[in-house]
Amino acid sequence: MEIFLQQIINGVVQGSVYALVALGYTMVYGILGLINFAHGEVVMMGAMISLSALTALIGMGLSPLLALPLSLVLAIAVCMLLGYGIERIAYRPLRHAPRLAPLITAIGVSIVLQNLAMMIWGRDYHSFPQLFVNQAHQMGGAIINDIQLFIVIAAVCVMAGLMFVVHRTRLGRAMRAVAENQHAAQLMGVNVNRVVSITFMIGSALAALAGMMVSANYGLAHYYMGFLLGLKAFTAAVLGGIGNLRGAMLGGLLLGLIESLGAGYIGDITGGFMGSQYQDVFAFMVLIAVLLFRPSGLLGERLAERA
Amino acid sequence: MPNAPDRVLFQRILFTAILLLLPFAVDALLGRGWLRIVDFAMLYIMLALGLNIVVGYAGLLDLGYIAFFAVGAYCYALADSPHLALAFPQLFPDGVHLSLLIVLPMAALLAGGMGVLLGAPTLKLRGDYLAIVTLGFGEIIRIFMNNLNAPVNLTNGPQGISRIDPISIAGVSFNATQRIFGITFPSVHLYFYLFLFFAMLVVFISRRLERSRIGRAWMAIREDEIAASAMGINTRNLKLLAFAMGAAFGGISGTLFAGFQGFVSPESFSLMESVMVLCMVVLGGMGHIYGVILGGLLLALMPEILRHSVVPLQQALFGKTIIDPESLRMLLFGIALILVMLYRPAGLWPSRVRRRELSTDEKTR
Repeated sequence: MEIFLQQIINGVVQGSVYALVALGYTMVYGILGLINFAHGEVVMMGAMISLSALTALIGMGLSPLLALPLSLVLAIAVCMLLGYGIERIAYRPLRHAPRLAPLITAIGVSIVLQNLAMMIWGRDYHSFPQLFVNQAHQMGGAIINDIQLFIVIAAVCVMAGLMFVVHRTRLGRAMRAVAENQHAAQLMGVNVNRVVSITFMIGSALAALAGMMVSANYGLAHYYMGFLLGLKAFTAAVLGGIGNLRGAMLGGLLLGLIESLGAGYIGDITGGFMGSQYQDVFAFMVLIAVLLFRPSGLLGERLAERA
Repeated sequence: MPNAPDRVLFQRILFTAILLLLPFAVDALLGRGWLRIVDFAMLYIMLALGLNIVVGYAGLLDLGYIAFFAVGAYCYALADSPHLALAFPQLFPDGVHLSLLIVLPMAALLAGGMGVLLGAPTLKLRGDYLAIVTLGFGEIIRIFMNNLNAPVNLTNGPQGISRIDPISIAGVSFNATQRIFGITFPSVHLYFYLFLFFAMLVVFISRRLERSRIGRAWMAIREDEIAASAMGINTRNLKLLAFAMGAAFGGISGTLFAGFQGFVSPESFSLMESVMVLCMVVLGGMGHIYGVILGGLLLALMPEILRHSVVPLQQALFGKTIIDPESLRMLLFGIALILVMLYRPAGLWPSRVRRRELSTDEKTR
């Protein structure tokens, strides 16, 4: 029972990170109908930048309490700029091009970002500095530590904030209008380019936060970390119904849970034939199963086939 | 002035002569290492042409294509190496050593079957969803190859299978220098001709398919699936056929790859490779055979050209190597991908039909 609870906790923590990244995918897809394949690399950049900034600031003798938010703000700012740049350079000129063209530029962007990161930070793993005593709390026999608690709380707050922005503000209304029908929104006086840019920036800010969370949780960051994380977050977005914000959150959480429970119990289920090294298979199995039985995702609306 | 059929014939003879003399020219001018790279480029061209059937003709976006390449490669690796002796010592005391002529159709069939297996449940999905499912499929295959070394050692895990027999047909080994009609053919030259033969075969099949009923049906599905099925096209079977055909070509090139390299490991079949092959198809010009060949050639050769030019260039400019050449060349590669797509969104060499479509699009907008 303790193991079960522990897996649930791990799953929720991992799931919150997936959800944050998945939101970036789903917002862009909702508005442009485009998979932003470079999003995972933005997460990686966020992690690397925040980590370097943190190490530098601590080295300058700043107190951790000040250095932590400062480096997070810096990472978010840089990633927002990055997201804006990616959209401007790689996606906007191709908005009316054949559908595969922006996919290729997205792949190009992620290759560029990955290798840029490798040039700047090298191939080594970078460890997250130990700032506080990471206290562990007992919860019915299972353990949750401070960082994990912080991740879950921060993710919930940010998501609530995002929901408020999208559903209650003028900007959010413009975003929803563009997602519904770009041309009609334009006719109603919405500056579509501006809305798209802002969407990319919000998604990238969430990615930066997620990147910092992942590196704090595992204590490591690496130039290659964005790829698999991005892939799984995209899976989460599809699972929940791509283009749907609540779906991305639900999908992220579910994927985290499925992964950690699956990895924890697959050994018992298959009699030791398959072990936790098959963890990554789960994400994709789930994805395929969902798409087969409910192609629009859990919360997605049934869309008519688009030509 | 010769009349048109004569000119075509002359062009064909010239073209064939150039292709046949190419390995000797490359060997003499650039060295044996480059010929090896050209051999790999031929394999990539085969792969790209196979994917072109799925993506270019039928319009099904497949991001896990390398899995079929992997199936072919592992097929040959298991059927032509001492490896199976580890898993089944009683059954195969010195492993299995089948002829390429048996393994090749087997691998093509197996890969084609996998293609159907992947295609069948995903038929209803469109566009990006299909892309992501195929991507997941490719990753699943790779993870299994990485982990199927226990409890039965089938794939030898991340270490991969080594000591694979070199390809030999009718007792002629491709791994040794052969003298035929008084001309010496080193091993890389022999492999070049082998790959050239298969690449030509794939080109031939692709061209016949393109103009056949099947090919036209695929293109109809690509342009508008609903309209195509209203015209009486059995979209289900034709899509499955596209998957199976593309996968079979992938399996064939995988088999040749394993024999050529003598070693396979899951590392050669990462998602990045699938992406690379897709880039070849899209960059060259989807659905256009010569465009795809151009794309395959460019993308297979460009990293090598960059590898050989990045370090000397830095040495000349700054007197020392400042930036890690490996990441710099990938960086330049990424930038090139972006630039080509920005300025030629239909690919470098799109088919005439496609180009016309795009230009009328511009006018009506």
